Amino acid sequence: MTTTEVKPDTTAPAGAAASDRSRSEQRLGWMLAGPAFVIMLLVTAYPIAQAVYYSLFDYRLTDPENISFVGLNNYAVILTDQIWWISFGVTAFITIVTVAVELVLGFALALVMMNALKAIRPVLRAAILIPYAVITVVSAFAWQYAFSLDSGFVNSWFDWVPGVAADTDWFGGTWDSLFVICLAEIWKTTPFISLLLLAGLAQVPDVLQEAARVDGATWWQRMWKVTIPNMKAAIMVALLFRTLDAFRVFDTVFVMTNGANSTETVSFLAFRQTISRVEIGLGSAVSVLLFLSVVIISVGFIKGFKVDLSQARGE
Amino acid sequence: MTIRRARWRRALAAAVAAAALVGLAGCGGAPAGPPVLNWYINPDDGGQAEIAQRCSAASNGEYRIEVSQLPRQSSEQRQQLIRRLAANDSSIDIMSIDPPYIPEFAEAGFLAPVPEGVAQRTTQGIVNSAREGASWNGRLVTVPFWANTQLLWYRKSQVQGTGLDLSKPVTWDQVVAAAQRKNSTIAAQGIRAESLTVWLNALVESGGGQIVTNPSPDDPEGVRLGLDSPAATRAAEIMKTVSAVGGPGFSTASEDENSEAFQDGSAMFQLNWPFVWGKVNSAIEEGTVEKATADDFGWALYPQTTAGRPSAPPYGGINLGVGAFSPNVDLAYKAAECIVSTENQKYYFLSNGNPAARTSVFTDPEVVKEFPMAPVIAQSLQQAKPRPQTAYYAEVSESIQRTYHPTAGIDPATVGPATADLIRAVLAKEELL
Repeated sequence: MTTTEVKPDTTAPAGAAASDRSRSEQRLGWMLAGPAFVIMLLVTAYPIAQAVYYSLFDYRLTDPENISFVGLNNYAVILTDQIWWISFGVTAFITIVTVAVELVLGFALALVMMNALKAIRPVLRAAILIPYAVITVVSAFAWQYAFSLDSGFVNSWFDWVPGVAADTDWFGGTWDSLFVICLAEIWKTTPFISLLLLAGLAQVPDVLQEAARVDGATWWQRMWKVTIPNMKAAIMVALLFRTLDAFRVFDTVFVMTNGANSTETVSFLAFRQTISRVEIGLGSAVSVLLFLSVVIISVGFIKGFKVDLSQARGE
Repeated sequence: MTIRRARWRRALAAAVAAAALVGLAGCGGAPAGPPVLNWYINPDDGGQAEIAQRCSAASNGEYRIEVSQLPRQSSEQRQQLIRRLAANDSSIDIMSIDPPYIPEFAEAGFLAPVPEGVAQRTTQGIVNSAREGASWNGRLVTVPFWANTQLLWYRKSQVQGTGLDLSKPVTWDQVVAAAQRKNSTIAAQGIRAESLTVWLNALVESGGGQIVTNPSPDDPEGVRLGLDSPAATRAAEIMKTVSAVGGPGFSTASEDENSEAFQDGSAMFQLNWPFVWGKVNSAIEEGTVEKATADDFGWALYPQTTAGRPSAPPYGGINLGVGAFSPNVDLAYKAAECIVSTENQKYYFLSNGNPAARTSVFTDPEVVKEFPMAPVIAQSLQQAKPRPQTAYYAEVSESIQRTYHPTAGIDPATVGPATADLIRAVLAKEELL
């Protein structure tokens, strides 16, 4: 069977009347979207432009008289420093691990929410969403207390697990610390990904499922051949949002290890240069590099998934 | 439905009108009453707020002090104050500053000069370390308020039988040997935090060295470091040895964790500030700890690095700075003088457990009754040395934390020179931190 795709005609219709109408619609569109556009420019574009500008200077907040233009020197310092690459590696590790686990877990939770009995569905959804409602710093402290040596209960509950003893110091080494950081992140944001996937699941037409069932497809076959391909856009949005979020991880690391044992992330590095060292120039350059990383991830996802987001909106 | 909506609208309109009226009222004319001085304080048990009230009342309407609380960590207090002062915030009249950050504040021009008379009156009869810590480039730039120092705390029952005589000065080697003999631990600050720098500095200074030998106020690249000296190598050796008897959570242990470990008896020694005494007594009052625990607490001067050479314990505390952009500098200094009066320092010691900067307070009978270790604290404060005095202390401290943590993994022969290289590169803006 072949399908014929009819492309919408995007060219302006001929004739003065139609042109007037399109012009007035365009004007209305600008009037409606204009204020939001201006606010977006103010709150997003301006700080980014300012960071790009400052990143070209040697500027210490406590010594404003000695600002000097250094061009791209700050970027050269950062990109030739192994601290940057270690932080980048740690950030990438946290991102890949947490997003991968969250995708699987989130999908399972979305299926549970989708198929739960109507009566318990609201309660179930609320229960699953509770971790997402908890503020990240609060959840980081909760997990830190659970795993710490003096106030924690994890060691006494799980001492039957090989490698866990009463005096296991979870924040004493890189991998142990990263394990707890990832766990806290996964607990906190899996509900977010499951909510987005639930929206995607709800959009899969029932007729397709029924047709597959009539054809004798098993649950797995329906999942792989019908459900997942039809929610590609939702999966991409969920993955993209979470990846960007995970790549900017800061609070959990700040609370749990304060960057000790090589657990510093890129955001943490930006924080240290800008806020602790008050080196605005260097810190801005780290922030700009973080921003560029995020842009590259976004473009990579959109190109990699080959999803036209306008299709997801039903245009 | 429509009636309900109309009611909502009326309520909303009334609320908006009320808010607008309040806003207009706020704009009209000068505020009534005496000038308000904003005092940015570090968190405590309410002592500074009480002193603010006392001084406001004593001023007879000349000024009124209002307190605003800063974050808990001293590094975060610095960050908040610096950000505000860099924006010429005129609302900061008085601020409680941790001593190591004073050079940075002074160098950046954030502190109003201390009037000659105030400098003279507020430094009369104060401990050496407090005078040193409140000054920069040989001039007093802040007013000493209270002075802190670390003692060697020990559990009397556990020390028995180790042959250690704590009535005389002891060395780190002796303390480590005693802990090993009893198969117990020493609680020191092994966490990656500012307290690690405090520990290293005390060890280096006790051995006769200095972390920063030339502060070079104007040029960060001119800062000279003494981290490749024999004193620094010896300090690193001690850190490594102590971490071996520091218990399983040593690399994440801060002052709070250590006071807990010492209180519950799992640590035989601890190096900590005097707040641990107030803490155990509060626990006894609450009924969570038996009185015998406090009776078992012993205290001695900070251990020596080399036998016979007096130790240089850590110096801490808080000094008062007056904001350079304050419109009430004279009044702020008047208020600061009131805050640091002998009477208020005594009150603060007794109520919040923070030792005074003035020596006469330590011999006050009331203080000695409440804090039997007061004479040891006073002696410790006379011997104490401040942390590296440089306008780039934050960089120096964070570099140290990066290379010396975890202390169990350091190589005493190379860690000092490596840290010095890192600090030099960081100050030259050739490396990240």
